[in-house]
Amino acid sequence: MAGKNPIAEKIHELTDRNLTFMHVCGTHEAAIARHGIRSLLPENLKIVMGPGCPVCITPQGEIDAALELAEKGCIIATYGDLLRVPGSNGSLESSGADVKVVQGVHKAVEIAKTTDKEVVFVSVGFETTAPTVAATLLTRPPENFSILSCHRLIPPAMDWLLAQGEASLNGFLLPGHVLVVTGLSEYRRFPVPQVVAGFEPDDILLGILMLVEQVREGAVRLDNAYPRAVFEEGNPKALEILHKVFEPCDVEWRGFPIIPKSGLKVREEFSAWDAQKKFGIEFKPTKKHAACICDKVLRGIASPTDCKLFGKVCTPRTPVGPCMVSHEGACKIWHHYHVKNI
Amino acid sequence: MCIAIPAEILEIRDDNIALVDFGSLKQEIRVDLVDVSVGDFVLVHVGFAIQKVNRDEALETRELFRQCYAAMEETA
Ligand code: SF4
Repeated sequence: MAGKNPIAEKIHELTDRNLTFMHVCGTHEAAIARHGIRSLLPENLKIVMGPGCPVCITPQGEIDAALELAEKGCIIATYGDLLRVPGSNGSLESSGADVKVVQGVHKAVEIAKTTDKEVVFVSVGFETTAPTVAATLLTRPPENFSILSCHRLIPPAMDWLLAQGEASLNGFLLPGHVLVVTGLSEYRRFPVPQVVAGFEPDDILLGILMLVEQVREGAVRLDNAYPRAVFEEGNPKALEILHKVFEPCDVEWRGFPIIPKSGLKVREEFSAWDAQKKFGIEFKPTKKHAACICDKVLRGIASPTDCKLFGKVCTPRTPVGPCMVSHEGACKIWHHYHVKNI
Repeated sequence: MCIAIPAEILEIRDDNIALVDFGSLKQEIRVDLVDVSVGDFVLVHVGFAIQKVNRDEALETRELFRQCYAAMEETA
């Protein structure tokens, strides 16, 4: 952004101590890097990224499960971002499997309608995305269609991060489009300053400013810097559909241990479309590449540039960890915008 | 992943499908998750409307959204 930004100036004026805020949204990270927002902030104000990229936090075991389904002869349909994510033995792209990139789950159903083969949609995403999949299962798709549910919920991960305390956070910049669906109430229990923000540069700067103000006041509140899309009650219809089809389950996140009730599994009544049940697939624990520090990047305690492999062995063409694969992975974003450090 | 772009509902078709206008592009989306009428603005995520938004604000921000995310897609 050229010239001085009045919100950024106000942030400079008000920042009178060391502050660290975490966002939990890959779309925020992309916007922050693209607009050089870190360079507009005072040196003692750090914005770190948390586990906000659904592709990056999908553990290897779930990629391996998708590869296993491909080996069984299923057509795999998913978002483009997932193709190059390394499992234990290669990625969906390198496996030579029949993989179709789709815009959303409804397009995967359309594929199933045109073939006799089994079509499995690898279903990643947070609360923003899960209702679209739930709504699709409610339409009772054809028998040869199923989903591999890799969904994750944001609040349980925030609980874990706060309990851990390793990133010493002064507050959270909450993901606008997750809260568009969930509304605000679920987040009120967190005992830290929180502001939900949109995705334009000024939306993000405003969110940061509101966090700084809370810290100065000694307040612990949930403020809304994205009122044009985020409402108190969220989207009740989407939530109802989500809960009708899915129920919370305990799952591992890449870089995290098992977090209670942080995943979504398909409810019994819809198990005809649950690929795990249909094909007897289990998610197996795996080891990560020894030098990759994606786990620390996702917990907000390391930056991509702290990784020895960054930009050398690990590049978007030759990704070692998932953070270098997704458009919303911190390593890929930093590589693209040549970010040197926070 | 959580990208959502405002669009205007032009036409509501059968089976929870609507034709929307993203500004320069018209596309069919699914409207299972919202109750909408023609002329409403919605936020569209992975081909589904996820929320109804204020018309004026949607128009104002749509252009910015598009520029920003088109550039992100190019980083593929
Ligand atoms: S640069 Fe590559 S190897 Fe290093 S943390 Fe990022 S994804 Fe992992």
